[in-house]
Amino acid sequence: MRYVDEYRDADKARALAARIAQLCEPGRQYKFMEVCGGHTHTIYKHGIEDYLPEAITLVHGPGCPVCVIPMGRVDDAIHLAEQSSVIMASFGDMMRVPGGSRSFLDAKAAGCDIRMVYSPLDALKLARQNPDRRVVFMAIGFETTAPSTAMTVLRAARDGLTNFSVFSNHVTIIPAIKAILDSPDLRLDGFLGPGHVSTVIGCTPYDFIAAQHAKPLVVAGFEPLDILQSIYQLMVQLSEGRSEIENQYSRVVAWAGNAKALSVLTEVFELRPQFEWRGLGFISHSALQVREKYAAFDAERLFELPGVRVADPKACQCGEVLKGVLKPWECKVFGTACTPETPIGTCMVSPEGACAAYYNFGRFSRERLQQAGSPLAVISR
Amino acid sequence: MCLGIPGQVLELMTEHPDLARVDVSGVRRVINIGLLDEENIQIGDWILIHVGFALSKIDETEAKAALQFLEDIGDAYADELMALQSSAILDEQQAEVPDAVRG
Ligand code: SF4
Repeated sequence: MRYVDEYRDADKARALAARIAQLCEPGRQYKFMEVCGGHTHTIYKHGIEDYLPEAITLVHGPGCPVCVIPMGRVDDAIHLAEQSSVIMASFGDMMRVPGGSRSFLDAKAAGCDIRMVYSPLDALKLARQNPDRRVVFMAIGFETTAPSTAMTVLRAARDGLTNFSVFSNHVTIIPAIKAILDSPDLRLDGFLGPGHVSTVIGCTPYDFIAAQHAKPLVVAGFEPLDILQSIYQLMVQLSEGRSEIENQYSRVVAWAGNAKALSVLTEVFELRPQFEWRGLGFISHSALQVREKYAAFDAERLFELPGVRVADPKACQCGEVLKGVLKPWECKVFGTACTPETPIGTCMVSPEGACAAYYNFGRFSRERLQQAGSPLAVISR
Repeated sequence: MCLGIPGQVLELMTEHPDLARVDVSGVRRVINIGLLDEENIQIGDWILIHVGFALSKIDETEAKAALQFLEDIGDAYADELMALQSSAILDEQQAEVPDAVRG
């Protein structure tokens, strides 16, 4: 949109950075988690860390939906794709995600009918065009994406389609944030809240972070200045001894979220008792399954699935990366055995994954500059 | 895939009230606006699009307010920035970092 360039203005970025630096208490270290993979992407792409004082560290959170899909679910999806009657429809991001032995891309090369789609509605169209086949939509994503899947299921129900179903791997953000707050490994000073998830759920579900954990959260937009401004708001709160939920991204996110999106979401989906997150393990009530009422569109009810749990590969440290305990380059296989072309872990697959973002844009990062002895690493504080 | 992209509504499809034609950086596409029933979407409105659905209406007033905030900060620090810019060691930063920011 027409504002985009203004949200990337380097002078404004420096002015904000100067303000942020002024708010740092001498000797204090600050650690903020950006929950959403979209933020991770912007942070690396635009070298945001180079603008920040040394006292502030950004750690990457679990908010990349592709990154958290466990291997067993990928295997189940490939099992579905192997049925000769099935056309598997998936977002492009899923194609390289490794399962226990194969990815969608491998399965496709081996003859499975797997199609890349931009929208669940494209999958619905495939079902209409192929009445003799069964189209399964590989549904992934947080609350940003789940309402779109729900709308598509409602549409399929209204049109009486009998050859469309979804394999739901939708996850919910709040339990993941809870899991991170409860994990002893990490001491955080505040959160950059996920901008687009919040368009749906609004800002009130984050209240517990301020109320029970006494930490501030600022819902942030995705432009470089959005992120800097959100960090500034976090710093202001900390300097005033406040911990509140604030909305920096109010041009897009309504405080109450999107009621219609939430209502279609609860019409079609319900919480699963348990769901495994790659790297984070089982988290209760953290994922969505299709309600009984829409059983005719639920691939898990229509097909037999192996449902075998596969342990993450030993070399993979995605769990630590997803919890923000490790930086991507601290993983032993980063950039060597694990690259975007040959990912071992999921964080390397999606452009929103911390490892892929760092691999693609890491040349701007403070640590690299430091290692290279660049003067920029010093003066940009 | 979690990212949304802003688009502007060009046309409302009268026969399909849940569809609209939008312009996304010059690309025209039909998308579903059924999740914004209560927003009474009009031609010219800006919306955030994600996987073929409009998720939220973008509030221009709020966008302007946010920019105003940034402008104000800019003013307050203009002098400091001038000093920053006249400093020799910062030439490199001037040369390098803005590019990084503009991507
Ligand atoms: S480098 Fe690869 S294996 Fe290591 S944490 Fe990142 S994605 Fe996982």
